[in-house]
Amino acid sequence: MNLLQMKQITKTYNANKVLDQVSLSIKEGEIHGLVGENGAGKSTLMNILFGMPVIHSTGGFEGEILINGEPFTPHSPKAAMDMGIGMVHQEFMLIPGFTVTENVKLNREKTKPSFLSRIFGRRLEQLDKRTMAEDTKIALDKLNMTIDEYARVAGLPVGHMQFIEIAREVDKDTLKLLILDEPTAVLTESESTQFLAVARRLADMGISILFISHRLDEIKQITDSITILRDGELVKTVDTNQIEIVDIARLMVGREIKIAREDHKDQKVAAEPILELKGFKVNMPGEKVRGIDLQVRKGEILGIGGLAGHGKLGIANGIMGLYEASGTIIKDNNELPLNNPRKALAASIAFLSEDRRGVGLLLDDSIGFNIVFSSLELQDKFTTHVGPIRLIDNDAVKEHAEKMIEALDIRCTSYRQKVRYLSGGNQQKVCVARALTLEPDLLLVSEPTRGIDIGAKKLVLDTLVNLNREFNMTIIITSSELGELRQIADRIAIIYNGQVSGILPYDASDEEFGLLMTGKKLGELNKAVN
Amino acid sequence: MKNIMAKIGLARLIIVLFLLFLLVMAVILEVPLPALFSNILVRFGMNAILVLAMVPAVQSGIGLNFNLPLGIICGLLGALVSIEFNFTGFTGLLVAMLVSLPLAIVSGYGYGHMLNRIKGQEMTVGTYVGFSIVSLMSIFWQILPFTSTALIWAYGGSGLRVTISLDAYLSHVLNDFLAFEIAGTVIPTGLLLFFAFTATLVWLFGKSKRGLAMQVAGSNEKFALANGINVDKERIMGTILSTVLAAVGIIVYSQAFGFLQLYTAPLYAAIPAVAAILIGGASLQRAKIIHVVIGTMLFQSLLVVALPIINIMAEGNLAEVVRAIVSNGIILYALTRTGGEAV
Repeated sequence: MNLLQMKQITKTYNANKVLDQVSLSIKEGEIHGLVGENGAGKSTLMNILFGMPVIHSTGGFEGEILINGEPFTPHSPKAAMDMGIGMVHQEFMLIPGFTVTENVKLNREKTKPSFLSRIFGRRLEQLDKRTMAEDTKIALDKLNMTIDEYARVAGLPVGHMQFIEIAREVDKDTLKLLILDEPTAVLTESESTQFLAVARRLADMGISILFISHRLDEIKQITDSITILRDGELVKTVDTNQIEIVDIARLMVGREIKIAREDHKDQKVAAEPILELKGFKVNMPGEKVRGIDLQVRKGEILGIGGLAGHGKLGIANGIMGLYEASGTIIKDNNELPLNNPRKALAASIAFLSEDRRGVGLLLDDSIGFNIVFSSLELQDKFTTHVGPIRLIDNDAVKEHAEKMIEALDIRCTSYRQKVRYLSGGNQQKVCVARALTLEPDLLLVSEPTRGIDIGAKKLVLDTLVNLNREFNMTIIITSSELGELRQIADRIAIIYNGQVSGILPYDASDEEFGLLMTGKKLGELNKAVN
Repeated sequence: MKNIMAKIGLARLIIVLFLLFLLVMAVILEVPLPALFSNILVRFGMNAILVLAMVPAVQSGIGLNFNLPLGIICGLLGALVSIEFNFTGFTGLLVAMLVSLPLAIVSGYGYGHMLNRIKGQEMTVGTYVGFSIVSLMSIFWQILPFTSTALIWAYGGSGLRVTISLDAYLSHVLNDFLAFEIAGTVIPTGLLLFFAFTATLVWLFGKSKRGLAMQVAGSNEKFALANGINVDKERIMGTILSTVLAAVGIIVYSQAFGFLQLYTAPLYAAIPAVAAILIGGASLQRAKIIHVVIGTMLFQSLLVVALPIINIMAEGNLAEVVRAIVSNGIILYALTRTGGEAV
């Protein structure tokens, strides 16, 4: 008997399809894993099921949801809760100043009549703290947790907070389905182990669990069946014991690659490295780098891949000094000072950030100003001397910007147009233009095609290849899309748990990439295939 | 049409219409227009530099500088020193500014450091820092060792007066410089020229490498960081410039007004300046010289024209009420706009 069935769910945000005909079903007492890369549509699917307002304010969704065979339209989180669906969010929704009991029982307090309530009605009844505490204790016991139910939440370890969140859901008698959105992301290893045991226990009590995680080993370990999403489409639903972790990873990232690679004819890859990282660590929240040794050859395009949260994005940010880094960076045989963006830029390294609109652009300034600013600030170009001061030379800006607009085919009304009003692809080209204006010999590119439509993707990638071939610019491209890396990179380093788990040529097999992404050694390949 | 409307902005449109209405009323009620226009020009010139002080503050990212009293007090100190040593005329003006300059730079530097510790709260904190400094200085005005009889209380022989007449010193130095009359309207040439000069300096700074770095730090901190700009330093720069302009501004204001006002007078000095630049079309993130010119012109015209008309039509102090409603209303309106886009 299926507890939950979601059929043919389709959702569009501003004409952008984020879910396309996705179906999902969960049996009673089952732990079902939901996996997919960032942007695959997991969160949207859960928001639909939980009736989040963001879904309805953007035009609702198409498709059908059945609970115990009955049609159900979740129009608000309250409706979903009434149907017995509970959700534990990635960010904790606890009130720090309240006790454990008060948090667990929030808005469902047990009360007893008081003097005031007899006059003014039920809302002024007194809290029955003892019963509340007893209920909380029962809920916590179900989770095998021993926390003082009168303790304040503030100051408890992060792991405990996660359990309190779950206790709150478990305390609801009606709970049938519990959605856990990346519950172990913030837990330590031992807490995670304990957590997984608890999840199993709950399932044995008959509560179905929908488990969303990036940690595939956990998914493999705990779930009964798995649904894999990719780019808003259902890739596969499969029983857990019928699939290997490697294959899950491959299905998550491996789209059919039409390797439209051009020949390497003009490429000049030198033997000596342009950049070397030794014991490189970066403290970037959510993308921690835990000690990397990597050599980048002059003239190559190096791809950096890996699953989300494993630290691939931290590398470029760390090199540029945007997040606290330690270890050694050697650029052109000189040691590069850490945590100093100015020195990194001066060492002829340019960076296209994954956070295009935040780090990469001045949205309310003109295209022209965006293109020239880095060069103006760091290299004193585009300025004229008037007496003792350097003024911006608007003629030079115009000339250069128009040249760039033509060269990169930036679609705009004029170089004076504000960047805010450009499409994602054209904004990315403005970022590229700004980096090129610096004339770097090493270009770091992070997620260059995120949020860009397909046509523009190809243009951006082609531009990168051209830069490499024509100007012999070394490029390090970091991307969640393996296909993209395999299309333009020469070698691809896969990052797992903040470290390089291996470096593969672009034409290595999907299985090999899958293995490295899940932290296995290539030697295990045969075992996995068999 | 819709585009033009959007460009002008609803708030500005209402104010312009109200101003036109008042001007028509002035004609009907036979209020002498040339006198009104003279008045508008003087009020514009005397307030514009205080409004200009908002520009570097907004550009550097600390928002509207509600701590204008800090700079004003530096300016007042400069003027007091100048009078104490009996400088008059242009020399007096110059000495006042030269003395206030280092004071404003030092205090602006300190205040800038403080603002870097309370990012996101600059406007609220600024308001209260302003209040505190004005109160603190109320004590100091009593005990500072000035001796000029023009400055201290006639009786008792110590402590500075609440209002100090500038008649024998700086009064109307700029206003009367090259002033001339057209059809009954007096043009305060020196005053307007001095504003033009200051505004040009600020404009030039805004086009300079240093100024651009400051503006980038103000508009996108992460972007600035990624381009190797020290955001905190740029914010301090903006704070210093704003404080210096406030100091110069109050000296210009006082010479036109004819008096130095001490003690609690600077308490609410920031409010009309903030209101004026917002009326001019600035936002919490973006301010330009043109906003200063338009805003000060509109705001001061409104006050100047409204005063005689309301005095004819109603009893009492209604003009002051209108001023309070317009200035506080526009600030409130600006602060409620999400993201702080232009009013």
